[in-house]
Amino acid sequence: MTLSPTTSIVVDNVSKTFRYQSHPTLKKVLQGKLRGQSTSETFKALDGVSFQVQQGESIGLMGLNGSGKSTLLKLVSGVMRPDQGEVLTRGRISGLIATGAGFHNELTGRDNIYMNAAMLGMSKEETDAKFDDIAAFADVGRFLDTPVGNYSSGMFARLGFSVAVHVDCDIFIADEVLAVGDRPFKRKCLKRMKQIRESGITMFYVSHSAGSVKRMCDRAIVLEKGRLGFDGDVDEAIKFLHYDGDDDEPDGEEVEEDERDDALASDI
Amino acid sequence: MSQPGDTRPVEVRHDLAHVPLSPPSRTSGVLEVFRRRYLLRLMVRREIRARYAGTAFGLAWSYINPFTRFLTFYFVFGLLLGRGMGLENFAIHLFAGMVLVNYFTESVTAGTRSLLANKGVIAKMAMPREMFPVASMLVSLWHAVPQLIILVAACLATGVFGDGPMWVPDAVGMGAAFLGFLLIMVYGTAAGLMFSCVNVIFRDFQRIVQTFINIVPFTVPMMYPYHLIADGERIPAEYHDLYVANPVAEAVMLIQRGFWYPTCEGRCAVDPATGAELPEFVSDLYTRGFVMLGIGLVLLALSQFVFSRLEKTVPERL
Repeated sequence: MTLSPTTSIVVDNVSKTFRYQSHPTLKKVLQGKLRGQSTSETFKALDGVSFQVQQGESIGLMGLNGSGKSTLLKLVSGVMRPDQGEVLTRGRISGLIATGAGFHNELTGRDNIYMNAAMLGMSKEETDAKFDDIAAFADVGRFLDTPVGNYSSGMFARLGFSVAVHVDCDIFIADEVLAVGDRPFKRKCLKRMKQIRESGITMFYVSHSAGSVKRMCDRAIVLEKGRLGFDGDVDEAIKFLHYDGDDDEPDGEEVEEDERDDALASDI
Repeated sequence: MSQPGDTRPVEVRHDLAHVPLSPPSRTSGVLEVFRRRYLLRLMVRREIRARYAGTAFGLAWSYINPFTRFLTFYFVFGLLLGRGMGLENFAIHLFAGMVLVNYFTESVTAGTRSLLANKGVIAKMAMPREMFPVASMLVSLWHAVPQLIILVAACLATGVFGDGPMWVPDAVGMGAAFLGFLLIMVYGTAAGLMFSCVNVIFRDFQRIVQTFINIVPFTVPMMYPYHLIADGERIPAEYHDLYVANPVAEAVMLIQRGFWYPTCEGRCAVDPATGAELPEFVSDLYTRGFVMLGIGLVLLALSQFVFSRLEKTVPERL
């Protein structure tokens, strides 16, 4: 393993195994024993994945549902630990595995901004200094002092996104950020992510939309049933995934969605 | 992206060449919690605010529940059954004990549930997970404060309106009460840490804990005097050793030494029939307290060890 001083993420031969049923009842375990089946069957969500990312690269992580994208993100962000292999990162990580995770419904937007920022590793002074930017970006208006339980789902997501993008981080992780929010907000998000990318932050971007990956990333990693299927050029990755519209009967809606994302991405 | 105008790339600004590559999930255990005190403070504040959010009485519920429990115990044990127990100022004897018993039971129950209750955050964000049981313990400590204030007021009122002397806190007594709090804090955190991750793996655990927690108030000398256990008539002497080996019982006697003991005229416990003096507390109260504190710290280290072993699999089991 050769490491340069600017390697940002190292994923070395990483595997992660899950069980199909994590909490079998005593009754199920006994039934299984009697029938001679085991209740603790496992599957490999990630299987021997290795790659390295240099500081400032922006990686598009692609793959079908269930290919292990979210598991990989959780390992890189430090939520989970690999069963085998090693994950190493350099610097502070921020990002969105789910917008608004850790928001407390009973607390106001203001309190939740402070709380979420602290969870992402920001100090009070740092949050104080950026608070106005965060509030302005989330654009929830008077709702800032209402409990977030009363927010619409879009406002909720905007607030979560807003905190995450204002962390002074070295690695930014984004999982399906464009899945929520209306078009103006999506545009704002993409613009912001472009800024993040240009400031030299390593970006790890998960999306099913070929168009936005093409615009945002300079390298793509494709996962296939937990294994590394492809690592390299974005256009080739899209071909590899048959996301380029070569399908016999492309789904109308999907194409439309792609086109819309393309249009959005070229807007910025 | 932080300071406007600073256009140097992140790599230069953060001097990343001198930041080591490290596993993103690495933490230094309970010590990490104290390194991130700011987050801990916010979490404790969030819990305190969220607990009674939306209720009309709000924080008053922190007083109402213990108060009704106190009245129940006082009527049953003090007035109905208590005639002849030979205790002066029984109400203070009872309430001083209840402050610590409530603190202990609350820390253990809330601590046990802390990881499951925060599963949304734990499955999505990387942070030291010791934070959650420790925060539960601190929230419970916060709830002990109003009770402590009532206790002080009650002690003063007894001095003014009762036949006994004025309640003057003495250095030894306050030290003893402090040691009592420290004991509950250490044992409560140890139990919270260990139980919280066991509870994720084996979800029946919180119900088992609840069952045993309901017994705790009866295993300490607050509703009845210590001398009933110590006299060897009702309970064989070897069980007495077991009884006083309970850290909660020890802590209760320590806080009673601080608050109840100075309110008495002469001896606090006197045989109502013969007038003979009876022991209020276990004879080696202070030595025992310090030894238990030592054992508690060892137990805390052990819990941290168990926690760090088990918490690796916590996010996928939630």
